[in-house]
Amino acid sequence: MSDDDRRHGRVAYINAHLIDGASGLNAPGELLTDDRHIADVGPKLFADGLPEDAAVVDCAGACLAPGLVDMRAHLREPGAEHKETLASASRAAAAGGVTSIACMPNTEPVIDQIALIEFIARRARETSIVKIYPIAAITRDLEGVELTEIGLLAEAGAVGFSDAHRTVMNSRVMRRALTYAKPFGKLVMQHPEDITLTADGVMNDGELATRLGLTGIPAEAEVIIVERDLCLVEHTGAPYHVAHLSTAAAVDAVRRAKARGLPVTCATAPHYFTLNESACEDYRTFAKVQPPLRSEADRIAMVEGLADGTIDAIVSDHAPHDQDSKRTTFAQAAFGIIGLETMLPLALALVHGGHMTLPTLFTRLSATPARLLGLEQGRLSASAPADLVLFDLNTPWTIDVDRLRSKSLNAPYDDHPVQGRVLRTMVRGRTVYDATEKT
Amino acid sequence: MSAAEIEHILDLAESYAALNRKAAKKLDRLHGRTLINLFFESSTRTRTSFELAGKRLGADVINMQAYSSAIKKGETLLDTAMTLNAMHPDALVVRHGDSGAAKLLSEKIECAVINAGDGSHEHPTQALLDALTIRRRRGKLGGLTVAICGDIRHSRVARSNIHLLDIMGARVRLIVPPTLLPPAVERLGVEVFHDMCAGLEGCDIVMMLRLQTERMKGSYVPSIREYFHFWGLDEDKLAHAKPDALVMHPGPMNRGVEIDSRLADDLTHSVILDQVELGVAVRMACLDILVHGGET
Repeated sequence: MSDDDRRHGRVAYINAHLIDGASGLNAPGELLTDDRHIADVGPKLFADGLPEDAAVVDCAGACLAPGLVDMRAHLREPGAEHKETLASASRAAAAGGVTSIACMPNTEPVIDQIALIEFIARRARETSIVKIYPIAAITRDLEGVELTEIGLLAEAGAVGFSDAHRTVMNSRVMRRALTYAKPFGKLVMQHPEDITLTADGVMNDGELATRLGLTGIPAEAEVIIVERDLCLVEHTGAPYHVAHLSTAAAVDAVRRAKARGLPVTCATAPHYFTLNESACEDYRTFAKVQPPLRSEADRIAMVEGLADGTIDAIVSDHAPHDQDSKRTTFAQAAFGIIGLETMLPLALALVHGGHMTLPTLFTRLSATPARLLGLEQGRLSASAPADLVLFDLNTPWTIDVDRLRSKSLNAPYDDHPVQGRVLRTMVRGRTVYDATEKT
Repeated sequence: MSAAEIEHILDLAESYAALNRKAAKKLDRLHGRTLINLFFESSTRTRTSFELAGKRLGADVINMQAYSSAIKKGETLLDTAMTLNAMHPDALVVRHGDSGAAKLLSEKIECAVINAGDGSHEHPTQALLDALTIRRRRGKLGGLTVAICGDIRHSRVARSNIHLLDIMGARVRLIVPPTLLPPAVERLGVEVFHDMCAGLEGCDIVMMLRLQTERMKGSYVPSIREYFHFWGLDEDKLAHAKPDALVMHPGPMNRGVEIDSRLADDLTHSVILDQVELGVAVRMACLDILVHGGET
């Protein structure tokens, strides 16, 4: 019998500061789990004494929140297991308070067939300590031409559809994808980059690119696709999700579309609200990412978009690459930043900076992504899955990239100061990470 | 057309259906008249059906397969029309790949022009033979719930049936993959479903449409197996319709794509061969009425 099949019994989390985006809860209280689910949650749950059979976890005033649900991570299995595996990514996720990951289909082979959906499910069951859900390709082999078997893939367990790091450039294919996927109730997620404008660009277009002598990727590359897709959404009425925004113009386009009542949602990644293009100075290839880190004005627009709700979710866009892929010239280096383990500490800066409350942050990190993927987790309420993160809100520390748990260590965050740290992570009621244990 | 006019055609067709079952099937209603079958698209059953209809009424029938003749040599549609008109036919049956082709020809030709299918627009005699098939089995069309399933977007059969069934007071449901639903179709007075089981619930009649192979393979529909899984008619899905529901198909069928092979042959539900039989009778009625202008 695997660990997973055993009942875990009841656990009482006492002296916690409860945070929940779905209910707006932000208060001291207690939480009781029974096996894999939350049994009860509230301010004075154990006023009449603790249940006798329950194990007790004293949170000592730390924050207890629903585990993070990451809608977008590139886990490299199958096909590039030297960069990451479901197992290694899941350890990084657990250490970052991420309890559910939706993995992207840009694997080898591409996740565009039922057998691959089943493969991911089986490998996740056998090797991962967090929950992993496959996102299937919109088009076969990510080529943007023929739709995948969207209905059968959805039935097999795909929680959404995306061509990963590739944009569905053909407007007719995109319109058909949106139209066709609608009755199956799964979200179509676009990586918005007009590849005819991106061309061989490697960083944000502008003064710095000129100074560095690097080819730029203009901001219009993003907004053109977002605006085009919004026209298609208006025409089809089908739900649409922008996988990640990096530019102020695109945030603005989504804001206007939402005001018109269009069924659009979007996300961004911590690097887009934490860093700007200056991270690419000195040809630091670890800051090379797709879409690129943008201007400071764009970074501020991400923060504002997250604060006012234009941006619905925060994703890691975890994109592991081995050293060889990054220790080369900026032009030749691979695009991508790892992010599963640093996502929560980086996002807490939004709270410390006064941009949003903790419940709002956990709406963006847990509740909304879970809802968009059709998952029942992401909230603190009775009968919800006991996927939890216990974290200290205030301890300052600096990120040491070499100590991260991902198999690849391509993150531009060495010595980046953060405030707040994951203490313990629970998936299905079982502790999968405990900061006090040596790993 | 009015409901009364449709009923009149169906009544006349009914009398010809009886004739077609006899050993001696030939009349002289159209003796000495000339019928030209002008087919710009390949067709087996419709062309044969019109040819038989004309011959059984005593007409001289000429088949022109225009996709293999003058048009290929560059003659325009209107020149072909003028040429044929100069030969003074009494009825011209036209099948063309472009919507509106029959109407264009009728403006240039003095005799009766019968639309045997124009693009994705209409196929009126198919709707009439479907109506006769239903009326024979159910006694009436009014009040019935009819589901039309499949590639509505490209289907002239669907459009003609929607119009006719609406006039006759039947309730029409479309069950269709979202990519094969034409825009604003609800304005034609139909109810739209994407889920086959929900759409078939309580239906009296299930009309399946042919899915063209060029529409599969990821353009409109991801694959044949996905199409069959969600929109192909099988016994499980049909169980949601009324127990005595009739299954229809205008042909030619793709077995295993839009319809389960066994179900297509299941005579407790399938009336597909009735449709073919009554097609000849309906076309006889149409030729008779159009050539004689409704006089007896």
